[in-house]
Amino acid sequence: MITSHVGPLTYEKVDVDKALKAALNKSRSEVIGTVSSSGLKGRGGAGFPTGVKWNLCAAAQNEHKFLVCNADEGEPGTFKDRILLTDYAKLVFAGMVIGGYAIGATKGLIYLRGEYQYLRAQLEEILEALREDKLLGFNILGKDDFSFDIEIRMGAGAYVCGEETALIESLEGHRGEPRNRPPYPVDTGFLGQPTAVNNVETLAWVTTIFDKGAEWFKGQGTEKSPGLKIFSVSGDCKQPGVYELPFGVSVADLLKTVGGEDAKAVQIGGASGHCIPAKDFGRKIGFEDIATGGSVIVFGPQRDLLEVAINFMEFFSDESCGQCTPCRDGCPVILKGLEAFKRGECSIAHLHELRRLGETMQLASKCGLGQSAANAFLSITEHFADEVLGRNQSNGFKE
Amino acid sequence: MSDTKKTSNTPEKGRGEIANWADSENAGYEFSFGADASRAPVSQRRQMIKAQQVEGKIGGLVKVTIDGHEIRVPMGTTILDAAREAGIQIPTLCAHEDLCIAGVCRICVVEVEGFRTLQASCAYPITQPIVVHTHTPKVRQARRHIVSLMLANHYGECYTCKRNGNCELQNLAEQYGAERFLFGHPEEPLFEKDLSSHAVVRDMNKCVLCRRCVRTCIDLQEVGVLEAVERGAHTRIDTFMSKPLADVVCINCGQCINRCPTGALTANDPREEIWRAIDDPQKHVVIQTAPSPRAGIGECFGLEPGVPLTFEMNTALRECGFDAVFDTNFTADLTIIEEGTELITRLYKALVEKDEHVALPQFTSCSPGWVKYLEHFYPEYIPHVSSCKSPQQMFGAVIKTYYAQHKGIDPKDIVTVALMPCSAKKYECNRPEMNDSGFKDIDYGLTTRELGQMIKEGGMHLPDLPKSDFDDPFGTATGSGVIFGASGGVMEAALRTVIELVTGEKVESIFEHADIIPVRGFEGIKYVELRVPKVGPVPALLKHLVPNWDWLDGATLKMAVVHGTANAKRVMEDIKAGGKFSHCHFIEFMACPGGCLGGGGQPIPTNPEIRAARAKAIYSEDAAYEVRKSHENPAIIKLYNEFLTDGPCGHVSHKLLHTHYTKRGKVIN
Repeated sequence: MITSHVGPLTYEKVDVDKALKAALNKSRSEVIGTVSSSGLKGRGGAGFPTGVKWNLCAAAQNEHKFLVCNADEGEPGTFKDRILLTDYAKLVFAGMVIGGYAIGATKGLIYLRGEYQYLRAQLEEILEALREDKLLGFNILGKDDFSFDIEIRMGAGAYVCGEETALIESLEGHRGEPRNRPPYPVDTGFLGQPTAVNNVETLAWVTTIFDKGAEWFKGQGTEKSPGLKIFSVSGDCKQPGVYELPFGVSVADLLKTVGGEDAKAVQIGGASGHCIPAKDFGRKIGFEDIATGGSVIVFGPQRDLLEVAINFMEFFSDESCGQCTPCRDGCPVILKGLEAFKRGECSIAHLHELRRLGETMQLASKCGLGQSAANAFLSITEHFADEVLGRNQSNGFKE
Repeated sequence: MSDTKKTSNTPEKGRGEIANWADSENAGYEFSFGADASRAPVSQRRQMIKAQQVEGKIGGLVKVTIDGHEIRVPMGTTILDAAREAGIQIPTLCAHEDLCIAGVCRICVVEVEGFRTLQASCAYPITQPIVVHTHTPKVRQARRHIVSLMLANHYGECYTCKRNGNCELQNLAEQYGAERFLFGHPEEPLFEKDLSSHAVVRDMNKCVLCRRCVRTCIDLQEVGVLEAVERGAHTRIDTFMSKPLADVVCINCGQCINRCPTGALTANDPREEIWRAIDDPQKHVVIQTAPSPRAGIGECFGLEPGVPLTFEMNTALRECGFDAVFDTNFTADLTIIEEGTELITRLYKALVEKDEHVALPQFTSCSPGWVKYLEHFYPEYIPHVSSCKSPQQMFGAVIKTYYAQHKGIDPKDIVTVALMPCSAKKYECNRPEMNDSGFKDIDYGLTTRELGQMIKEGGMHLPDLPKSDFDDPFGTATGSGVIFGASGGVMEAALRTVIELVTGEKVESIFEHADIIPVRGFEGIKYVELRVPKVGPVPALLKHLVPNWDWLDGATLKMAVVHGTANAKRVMEDIKAGGKFSHCHFIEFMACPGGCLGGGGQPIPTNPEIRAARAKAIYSEDAAYEVRKSHENPAIIKLYNEFLTDGPCGHVSHKLLHTHYTKRGKVIN
């Protein structure tokens, strides 16, 4: 477990009670307006504008609506949500209350990753304390028109349940499999009702925005990716850990911060992200260039990238939900191809076919998992073709 | 848009015609359960877009441009349906008209302008004007890859497959596949075949995980035997705890077989044994043919659905070597007499003798899928099920007793085959209690599909054969027997007989041409009330049971007709809750959507239109019969005079024609 380095984080200085009061003193549409003007985009990786999502949800006329906090942090190489839930859970819960208020939900659900079971007791304690302080439950802060409570639900270990519609299926007691979209959860979500699904970090930033102001938030980062971002850094660097950096930071600067300057490549966005070669370290992290949920895995000069690709494809072969053909059957086919490369038994023609298959998976898979499952394979074989193909048949290792 | 299509888009229920509630009779009636008890995930139900679906109304229609063709469709129409309306072909595999949407095989992907990724046309509801391209390079490449991926996990040779020539994967491979296996092809089987069930054989080596069977079982039939288990590359379709199919709550309806695109699900095929019996000079092999196969078998020979080939089939069967060809309609008529008598007895006990323990409503027992469904899911209602055997089993018992005597053949040398539209009939004839003749009453259940193959094996093209009649002594049947094949048929046949026996009037005086239209049609649940307008004298046949009909004078008989176990479940839950259906006197239940003509042994494919065409064929046959009422069937009268001499529900008939049931429950050991 990586706990060696955390911070410094803005969250340390946020006054949660003040933020919550500030938000609930506004009208629902003002709350959404503030979030929209901050430019906050979903921190889970897809980067959908939070204000837009809430607005769609708020516009629905249904009697029941739900706000779900996606705490199924399953992306390999990410552990920032664990830190947030361990040290700043109140901030996250307050974000849920604000979101619930904004969209008109009466119920919030936290879908907590199965492996984070150990956090549950302390989270329940915090929820109980919030109820005692009238920050959760019936008529929050004395508001007649707002009651909201939060319930913790446990995930069971499937990576795909981080995908919001699979998460909702799982919440409903079904097999965790992504739904067809449209309809989107903001329209037809949990139990068929409008549902906003937000990442842990997103909700923490919501609270922060109501303490420090939308302008403050917008002043950070870039125009298209405003604000700060929490990164989970691991791999071949001197100081792995959790970092808060503004969006727009270059890969090179990030590597300097964590002591990974000699990296030959960096995997940004976890298993479903892209492998960035050293020549592209000038690129910037943000939704306009390299989008990410915050996972950064550093590959040092000695790292065998074919092994890395194999590792990721093994992961997806196991973690595909098994529903749609391109992802379910495509991942093992690519994995088999990579293993053949390792033995020095694969032709360039087959590599090209596999790369085309990777494109099909990106285009034709049902959900984000399948659409991104081939990313790592495609970027590694694009930038490190020599390393993948140049295997000595006798020992299986690069000469 | 045709009427059929409109029905199949009915949004509330998420299914085709099967899910529709009854006619106006049920309007305003609140059922005691949620209006939508579907187990399909929300996203898989048909889209519910609230919009005016009226032509010309502003906002009701939306423009879509597909490959340059511009058409207007109702909001919420899928790209696939819109393309079909525009006459543009999009390949499908997991999509099926009877089932909720899955969007999992991805073969139907198309390019929608403005989207980075391809969209599954079966799952994409059009809610705003869009521009679609159905065969761009990206789409073609994706389809080729998808077919190749399926083939990479599909073990088996087409030559030896039951679905050779009728396989959707084979077709896709022909149309969209590559010239070689791009991603390999398995050389070894990965799964053992499950041969445990008398009805359904599962060969998961051929499964392409389209999940039609899962959706059929959970959503269409609401039985829930099959589900996807494990995930990723290990995903497979399996039963509870991977138990053999024979050990779980499978009702053998075979609806999954009819919707499987490949040979992964097939019926347990007795052709080899039947040929062997035919080839054995010692054996007297007789076959009875149910009404539905006649309406469907033409499809095995490339005919449009709905062309009945009853008499051509008789010729083919004799050519194949069967020693006698009988019409199951004979015992359908017999069932009407026995089951009608049973109903009258129950009503008499309840209404006149005030016996509170009489189980009413009486449920029909012809459908072995329904019977097993009830045994598993509502075992406490077994007393309600008619004790009558199904026509198939009655015939077996009669053949190995009455017919054997009549012909002077030792019943041990008689082999009885039943041509049925049904896979559950294979199970039924193997139920251990079905041996009241002293032998196994029916030796083999043969499906329409299997007979089609036998006829082909015999070198015949069925539509070209001359016609010939059924064999004596059961030759003459009635139209009432024929309509057993359609949902509502048993009820109509029973009513024709009951009305005449009770009122002494011709049924034609109440219903024109004796067509009792209210019980016909494909509504999932039909409710009918019929007031007995007058009563006549008790006919001789029933004199030993009731002294007079006075107690029925002016009474209102309440009846319902239900097909598909999902609808049966709704009615059973209503009965449990003391709702409207608990006050019925008689309910016809059929396990399969559409009744027997949609059975699990019928030709593949199936869809609402095909079933409607088969129903039309069945009703047109009925109209052509001279005798259309069971109690007027001279062979039936003769049987009671010569053999079942103590009358309907008498001692002999009880021994041979009635049976008992097993409380199975849902516990799986």
